[in-house]
Amino acid sequence: MSASVLYDAPGPKAVVRNRIYAVVGSLAIVALIVVSLVRLSDKGHLAPEMWDIFNYAGIRQNIADAVLATLKAFGLAAVGSLVLGVLLAVGRLSDHRPVRWVATTFIELFRSLPLLITIYAIWVGFLTDHSMWALAAGLSVYNGCVQAEVLRAGINSVPKGQSEAAYALGMSKTQVMTTVLMPQAVRSMLPTIISQLVVTLKDTSLGFIILYPELLQTARLIASNTQVNGQYPYVSTIAVIGTIYITMCLLLSALATWIEKRGRRAKTGIKVAPGAQTAGIPTVDAAGPDAGGAGGAGPVDGGAGGAGVSKD
Amino acid sequence: MNVLLDNFPAFRDGFIGTVSITAVSSLIALVLGVVVAGFRVSPVPPLRYFGTAWVTLMRNTPLTLLFLIFFFVVPEILFPGMSPFVLGSLALGFYTSSFVCEAVRSGINTVPLGQAEAARSIGMTFAQTLRIVVLPQATRTVIPPLSSIFIALTKNSAIAGAFSNAELFGWQKLMSDKGYDIVPVFIWVAIGYLIITFTISGLFRLLERRMEVAR
Repeated sequence: MSASVLYDAPGPKAVVRNRIYAVVGSLAIVALIVVSLVRLSDKGHLAPEMWDIFNYAGIRQNIADAVLATLKAFGLAAVGSLVLGVLLAVGRLSDHRPVRWVATTFIELFRSLPLLITIYAIWVGFLTDHSMWALAAGLSVYNGCVQAEVLRAGINSVPKGQSEAAYALGMSKTQVMTTVLMPQAVRSMLPTIISQLVVTLKDTSLGFIILYPELLQTARLIASNTQVNGQYPYVSTIAVIGTIYITMCLLLSALATWIEKRGRRAKTGIKVAPGAQTAGIPTVDAAGPDAGGAGGAGPVDGGAGGAGVSKD
Repeated sequence: MNVLLDNFPAFRDGFIGTVSITAVSSLIALVLGVVVAGFRVSPVPPLRYFGTAWVTLMRNTPLTLLFLIFFFVVPEILFPGMSPFVLGSLALGFYTSSFVCEAVRSGINTVPLGQAEAARSIGMTFAQTLRIVVLPQATRTVIPPLSSIFIALTKNSAIAGAFSNAELFGWQKLMSDKGYDIVPVFIWVAIGYLIITFTISGLFRLLERRMEVAR
């Protein structure tokens, strides 16, 4: 942060002051961690037996199965949301007004509703016996809407001359879309698309509420079914499961950042969206009724830039 | 229609529950987010590392897992018997604080370097630079992303309903347990959420217009 707006390069006095702050700050942070650990160990959560449960083959098998189940739901949702995203994006850019209206209404509605509400409604209403499909469908609907807005912003960011040239060559609208606009849109938006996939991966944990045996549900079952020293090993289970989740998400975010860096090297003149910074909060202005037309590309770009771009 | 009329008190409680958990956790997220953003731009390395670690961890943890942590681990560290409302608001607030932090930080970074330099060169102190020049401009940049963050927070508050909080998702669950058809229930819950999110985006648009200034 050498070029921060907030302060100059520190002089001798400021250097000393900063050192004092550094020592006090680190002591405070360390103290916070130590107090938490002491409290946990007082309650017996750090006893070796609590962590021993992960040496059992059964529990390891459970966790492996759960990771697989999570990845299965994530894979289905990723494919589903991308397919739906392309369809909705094309629908929103359609020349036919009814198609445009249907796509816009669908996107606005499902994007402004909590994902949990959608998943639960699909589960109770249509797929009670297939919690994996209910989870995947809910995730696809919500993330498909977000991906559609991302793709639309990507399509709008392709210079206008490109489609004009394609039309001048005598291409049909479908050809222009599939061979000229879509590939470039996907390319420039790939980091954002992958960041949204991180969100999808995180949201598979909502399967917990519709009893789909994914990672979090399994964690809860392990913790509430294995009693060690008269205590439930919530702390150790959550530590292990949390590490797995964070690792998976960080790997995916790293992929987005890597693709973004590669994209910046290419000289296509089309801006590559910032990657991996936006994971978690949909960057699109969720309930923007006036987010149509040219301004529509704004919320995606603006949101991603505003909430995510880091300059350190 | 019957679903709503027959169960209106429960629906009203759910609606109020969603509004209040959103309000309380927004406040927590805002305060905590600004503090962590302060850490992240501070010249003190340990605080900066702490801020970075905080944001990375919070953003890559599923919110549901965070709820699990707050309901089963935090009471062990602090004191047992905290109400689900407090725990839920804390979980939501902590999660959202990382997003608020990033919004605020990028808002500060969008203020051109020359502005602060100019302020210093006419003899303003650090506090004056911050108060008169940098923060007013940063605030305006931060408003639109904050609006999406708080709308996302409202939507995320549904998870609190699964952890024994009275709010709209809880009502949806209750109604489907009672055997009502899910479609009308879904529509009423949807309307409830839409009212809240449209209010938030409306308020933020108002705020944006009031603070608008030519650059």
